[in-house]
Amino acid sequence: MKSWIENIDKPIKYALGFIVLVLIVGNIYTLINLGTMPFFSPNYLLQQLQVASFLGLIATGMMVVILLGHIDLSVPWTLTCAAMTATAVGGDGAMLAGLTAGLIIGLINGIGVAFLRVPSMIFTLGVNTVVQGLMIVHTGGYAPQTASTPIMNFLATGYIVGIPTALFVWAAIGGLIIFMLNRTPMGRYLYAMGNREVAAYLSGVNTRLILIAAFVICSLCAAMAGILLAGYSAKAYQGMGDLYLLPAIAAVVIGGTNILGGKGTLAGTVVGAILIVLLQSVLSVMQMPEAGRQVIYGSVIIGMLLVYGRAEKKES
Amino acid sequence: MSNFRIWMVSNWRLFLAIGIFCVIYGTYSFMHPAGGSSRLFVQNSNESFVLISVAMAQTLPVLTGGLDLSVGSVMTMINALASNVVNGSPTEVFLGIILCLCSAALAGFINGCIIVYGRLQPIIVTLATGAVFMGIALFLRPTPGGEVDGGLSFAATFDLNEIFFTYGWPLPEWFENSLGLIPTPVVLIVIVVLVIWVPFRNSVTGRGCYAVGSAEGAAYMSGLNVDRSRLAAYTLAGLFAGIGGLYLALQTGSGNADIPQAGAYTLNSIAAVVIGGTSLYGGIGGVVGSIFGAMSLRAISFNFRVFDADGPMGFISDPLLQPLFEGSILLIAVSAGAARVFSIKNRLNLFGS
Repeated sequence: MKSWIENIDKPIKYALGFIVLVLIVGNIYTLINLGTMPFFSPNYLLQQLQVASFLGLIATGMMVVILLGHIDLSVPWTLTCAAMTATAVGGDGAMLAGLTAGLIIGLINGIGVAFLRVPSMIFTLGVNTVVQGLMIVHTGGYAPQTASTPIMNFLATGYIVGIPTALFVWAAIGGLIIFMLNRTPMGRYLYAMGNREVAAYLSGVNTRLILIAAFVICSLCAAMAGILLAGYSAKAYQGMGDLYLLPAIAAVVIGGTNILGGKGTLAGTVVGAILIVLLQSVLSVMQMPEAGRQVIYGSVIIGMLLVYGRAEKKES
Repeated sequence: MSNFRIWMVSNWRLFLAIGIFCVIYGTYSFMHPAGGSSRLFVQNSNESFVLISVAMAQTLPVLTGGLDLSVGSVMTMINALASNVVNGSPTEVFLGIILCLCSAALAGFINGCIIVYGRLQPIIVTLATGAVFMGIALFLRPTPGGEVDGGLSFAATFDLNEIFFTYGWPLPEWFENSLGLIPTPVVLIVIVVLVIWVPFRNSVTGRGCYAVGSAEGAAYMSGLNVDRSRLAAYTLAGLFAGIGGLYLALQTGSGNADIPQAGAYTLNSIAAVVIGGTSLYGGIGGVVGSIFGAMSLRAISFNFRVFDADGPMGFISDPLLQPLFEGSILLIAVSAGAARVFSIKNRLNLFGS
């Protein structure tokens, strides 16, 4: 019998270990300089989880696309577009409008990759620029409403029995994705296509439909994150998504998902997202200048991957 | 087939890129009141140089089937470094330039080492090292500023005559109105291509880059040093990006560790490489195509400046609509490669990389 610790994925184990390490280092720092240990307080941790739920949602969608061996670089402006659409429509239909915007962008991405066979990296990059252009037109001529609706505020900043609502949103969507990945044909197809698309196609999988579905899921997750972020900062603004693309990819990869597709778990992505948010938070509390933060951030990603992400040595 | 025809057929992507550029830039020159003048060429080549450099940098990793998401960061890092070291006495300026170029190549070499010996995916390695280089850039230049040798700045960013004026050399009369009108950045690009790219492509290591991108297994079995080719590709990518950073410092006379700008250059470099005819799957393409790809991208935005705002096409010059037009053209350009999808008879061929 293996102990339960050995049953955890290696990436998750290392990432969890690193999270504890970050918290301990942060606490030692504050203990010396301020005489307190804020990083172990439940309030701090819940607050960090709330912040992590935005990144976590984006990373969840990104993981579905990366499992196929593709990537979605249109996330920053999908997010912004959803947030702006939602706030501009306002009222009861706000969230629905935002999600519809995400759905449309996801469909365009999926159709471009599935039917035109343009490499996803360059196609989603193009879609990102187009959506950015659309949003500049949208906000440029006149000043649309950018204030978030009460329900968006509640979802992003509210609490239910002392736990941030955003966490519930993250958990619900994460749960759906886990169910989809493990218990439905779609999930099996995703892993199969990530390993060898042509084999999945010859086995009778409707590969185009799966590709489109994956991109739609990714865009919907990004749209939801955008709506939450607009609620969190009480408004939608240009460039709100720019800081989320690279951390989302990093969270997915740190969590053990193969960037070439076919391998990865959502649990890993969740741990990866929490790790990145905690690292950023602790570094900012330690008043590390932006230069040092960037260096540490990059080094951590490489270091973690060198420990467990190396490819098999192949002399093919 | 004659050698000439083989050469034509195997380089059709390059000719297409040159054609696209000629059409776009031709339209611009035709519409511009000062179209075809030396001053305009100087201005346009100045505006294009940095993007050309990062596009050249991006080409080599893409040829090997990888990707370098750190080209913008390396460019910014060297820009910040140059604003610290490229000033003072002529010797100091010279040593500063050497230091910048060596640091750039070193940055690329580090990328290559982690990818080759760490056996990690290029896209994620360069994503992470990009953050590290950006951090170093911020460390070197926390706020925009710094100082770059003014004389060199003038000499590098105008036409060849300006070099003579700046350093007070006697200017031959026959030269002034012919060769002297050529913009210096154009000459610099040609020198970089002739001195670095052409010898590299004809070397065993350079050909190895193409071989690795086409079929890594076959390249390895044929006895090529796969690791050395990939290391060389990333090192040269760093060097090219560094040349861009150095030039940006000369052009602006200062350094600026601008994170969004670095990201924009990285993303545009990928687009330029694709428009320039290099396959994202590796093995096909070249630096010269990317140069024309980058110039086409820049020429598209030049065009928006010259449309008459009151004419029937006036809405095109609306600054609000420009990002949308640029994005749409970019999307259409990269989707043009999809034409092959409709000529494929067996759907199985779609999945071939």
